[in-house]
Formats: sequence, structure tokens, C-alpha cells
Amino acid sequence: MDENVRREIILDHYQNPKNREAVFDERYKKVNTNNESCIDNLDLYILMEEGKIKDIKFQGEACAISTSSTSIMITNLIGKTIAEALEYIENFKAMVNEEPYDEELLKEGIVYNEIYKQSNRKTCALLPYVGIEKVLRDYQE
Amino acid sequence: MNREDFPMLEQDIVYFDNGATTLKPKCVIDKTVEYYEKYGASAHRGDYDIAYKVDQEYENTRELVRDFIHAKSLEEIIFTAGSTEGMNLIASGFFKNLLEENDEVLITKSEHASNVLPWFSLANTNGIKIGYIPLDDNHYVTLENVKKAITPNTKVISLAYITNVIGDIRPIKEITEYAHQHNIFVVLDAAQSIGHIKTNVQDLDIDFMSFSAHKMCGPTGVGVLYGKKELLENVEPLILGGGMNESFDNEQEVYYKELPARLEAGTPNIAGVIAFGEAIKYLDAIGMEKIADYEKNLRKYLVDKLIMIPHLDIINLESDSGIVSFNVNGIFSQDVAYYLNKYNICVRAGSHCAKILKKEVGVTNTIRVSLYFYNTVEEIDMLVELLSDKDKILKEML
Repeated sequence: MDENVRREIILDHYQNPKNREAVFDERYKKVNTNNESCIDNLDLYILMEEGKIKDIKFQGEACAISTSSTSIMITNLIGKTIAEALEYIENFKAMVNEEPYDEELLKEGIVYNEIYKQSNRKTCALLPYVGIEKVLRDYQE
Repeated sequence: MNREDFPMLEQDIVYFDNGATTLKPKCVIDKTVEYYEKYGASAHRGDYDIAYKVDQEYENTRELVRDFIHAKSLEEIIFTAGSTEGMNLIASGFFKNLLEENDEVLITKSEHASNVLPWFSLANTNGIKIGYIPLDDNHYVTLENVKKAITPNTKVISLAYITNVIGDIRPIKEITEYAHQHNIFVVLDAAQSIGHIKTNVQDLDIDFMSFSAHKMCGPTGVGVLYGKKELLENVEPLILGGGMNESFDNEQEVYYKELPARLEAGTPNIAGVIAFGEAIKYLDAIGMEKIADYEKNLRKYLVDKLIMIPHLDIINLESDSGIVSFNVNGIFSQDVAYYLNKYNICVRAGSHCAKILKKEVGVTNTIRVSLYFYNTVEEIDMLVELLSDKDKILKEML
């Protein structure tokens, strides 16, 4: 992927993140996700309906990588079933950890396909996934 | 100044994270090695020559500390693992046995976690109340605000001499004078001040003080708890074991040693304490007043330049210490720190352990530049140049 395109996508999702807004609707399940080693701290709000992810919103303070990764993740997960969402998450984690993954499935998420080169930022890209996976696994049970 | 004394500076780095820890001069590193290579025995135990040498060196540091902070006697100097341990020992070893329900401890919203959480713990165990001295528009503590915050229940005022985000030097002497007139104890968290300004515990008349060696060119894992002797006598040892007991036969017959040994159980960080002595000698040789002046001028140079950058929000424009906290408009502090790291500039991003401060300044995270005497105007020029170009930051921070 072209460096400039990659940067542009990440910066766009950082400066104009999608679905970053306050949620007061009690039907949304809230989960906090933060990195022990850094200062990122995000709240995710997930609305499930008939086994599908109807909506996700987020709030909080985080770095460019975490914020953009959250924005991209949410965009890609809305509308998915739990199984589909977990498949997406597994693929994303595999990419970040330099394991085999399905590029097609990740859509814009592939902008982090070289994040492994900066090991201290891997956790930033993965941050929203930790929170969302927790919620989805709970629902699955 | 004195850059040649610091092996770390032989690398191509600009170190602006002195509030977290300072670099160590060669003499301190050498002294650590000297202990392990030349007389690596335990302290206060043996009857052979090298054990005697250890005792001499170890106790020599105690004298150097006493002199450095102008304490009255050697018994007032307790070696700890660091500032945090000292603050906990003061709260849990002394005030836990003294304070009762509804007694009040006054702190501020800009204190470090180690001057907050030990008191929160007493709020839970003893039912004490935590009060906050309001900060003024510059986020400073003023004597007037201290007077206003004191209630008939106030028993303790616990403050940093210099805070680690705002960097203000508090008027401790005036506060102590007023507090003592009202029978209030004063505890000083000197972690951020000890290596930067002169400390005279008798002149300040504080009751307890805690600080770390590693923030004053000394090794990590060593700190000092200072207390007025008559108060330290009543500090309950929280760590029991070897080195602190006089004798014991059964649970009814346990006798502790006198100060300072009573509060230094177990084999201490001998190498650290001995090397710490070297750090004190090193700072004394430069002179604390000279260090404070140099830092003050350097900070002014830095702030004067930062003010000119329109996309920066500076949290603490005025302050007499070497700490400057700021944000680049619209960019998360950590991203700026990553960007500067690409140019080998070390700064801190975050809340700096002052997590209740955000309510006061309205900002959770900042970039913090904390200076020391080995920093230079050339280093500041480099920082300023890198911060001046916001597009460059956005382009290179990822």
C-alpha cells in the first residue's frame, strides 16, 4: 500500500472519526478499553439487535492509531453477525501479529498491515478490538 | 552544563524527561560498581574489614543526606526504596495510628498519586476526610487559599514542594508556619524539588518529607524519609524482620532498635545508598543555587519560544521550576511524543500520575518537558523547530 494513501486514511479517521459521539441510550452495552502501557482510554457502546451489531459508538481520548483503528473497526463491524464480527477481529489480530490473514475481509483495516514494524504501536491498533471482543464473546455465551 | 559527566549523553539523544528520572553521572555509576567489586558485603552485620568499610560508606551517605537537607540529626534520615515508600510510611506508619474519624487531611488536585492514594486509603480505614486546597488561576497554591481551606478538623497538610505537571514551587515555609500555629502537621513530597532547588528542612520546619535518589542523579530504588526525631520515634515500622530488632524471645518480648535502624528492616539497597552519596557530593560540587538558576533561565528561554508557536496550548506559562506542560492543538499528546522520538527527543506524554488534576486544568493528557542542568539551549532550539511545523507533525507522527 502506498505510504501517502495509508497516512491519509489513518489521518482522516483520526481527525474526523466516524461514530464518535455520546450515547445516552440504555440499550447500548458499554465497555471501557485502555492500554496499561500508554494513556489511550476509550469507551465503546454497542447495540445488538437480533444477533447482529446494529450500531457502535465510541468516546474517549486516544492516539492517532487507536482512534483511527476504532473508527475503521466500527465502520466495518456495523451490520455484521457476531460470528462475522469475530472472524473480522481474528483476521485483524492475525495481521497485526504477522500471521496469515484474509486481506479482502479487512477492507480499510489493512492500513495497519505494517504496524508490526512499530511494536510499541501494535497495542494501539488492537486497543478497540480488545473491548469489542469481550462484549461479543459475552453475547455469544 | 557538565554534559561530559553523563555517559547517557554520549548517545545521540535529547533527554527532556527529568521529572520522571534524571540521568546518572559517571561517578555515581562507578561508585555502584566499586561497591560490588571492592567491598560487596552486607551492612551492619560483619566484623571483618570489608564489612566495616560497607558500614562506613553506607552511614557516610546518611551524613551527606543530613547535611544536604539540613536535618538536625542522623536519626532523622531513614533510607527507603523511594519517595512512594516514604509517603506510604508516613501515612500508614504514623497518621493511621493518630487520625480519627472526620479528621481532615488537606492536599490539592495537582498532587502525584503517591501523595493522594495513601491518604485515600486512610479515608477508607480511619474515616478521615480529604480536603482540597483550591488552586489559583495559574494552578498555584497560595497561603491565602490554604488559610481558607483549613477547618477545625484539619490535622495534616500534605503537599508537593514542586508539582510534577504544573511545576510551581509552593510557599511551604509560610504554610508550615501558619499550619503549626493551628496544630496541623505538614508533610512534604519533595520528589520533584530535591534535585532542583535547595532544601532546608529546619528552615521550612516541615514535619515529614519524602524523596527519591533517582530524581537527583542518584540510583533508582533508593529514597529518603525525613521526619522530626520526636515524630519519627512514633512511626510504627511496617516492615519487620532483620536489622530492625534488638531482641525477641516470644510474641510478648520483642524489642526494636532505635532510629534509624528500626525503620530500615532487611538488607537495604546497599549499592544504591552508597552510590547515592556520590550523587549528593556531585550536586553539592555544582551547587544547588547554580542548578536552580540555570534551570530557571533555560525554562524562560523555552517558554519564550513556545509562546511564539500558535498551535501550542501551554498549561503552565509561569513557573519557577524546569517543568513545561503543553499540547499541540488537535493532536493527542502521545502522538507528539512519538513524533519527537523519531528525532531522539525524549519527552513524557500522559497525565503524569496526577490523575485528579484533569478536573482542575480541564486537560487529561499533556506533553511534559522537564529540564535539568545538562540540557542546553541548542536542544531547546531543536525541540522548538520540530514543534513549529504542525503539518510535519501530522505527517510524521504515525
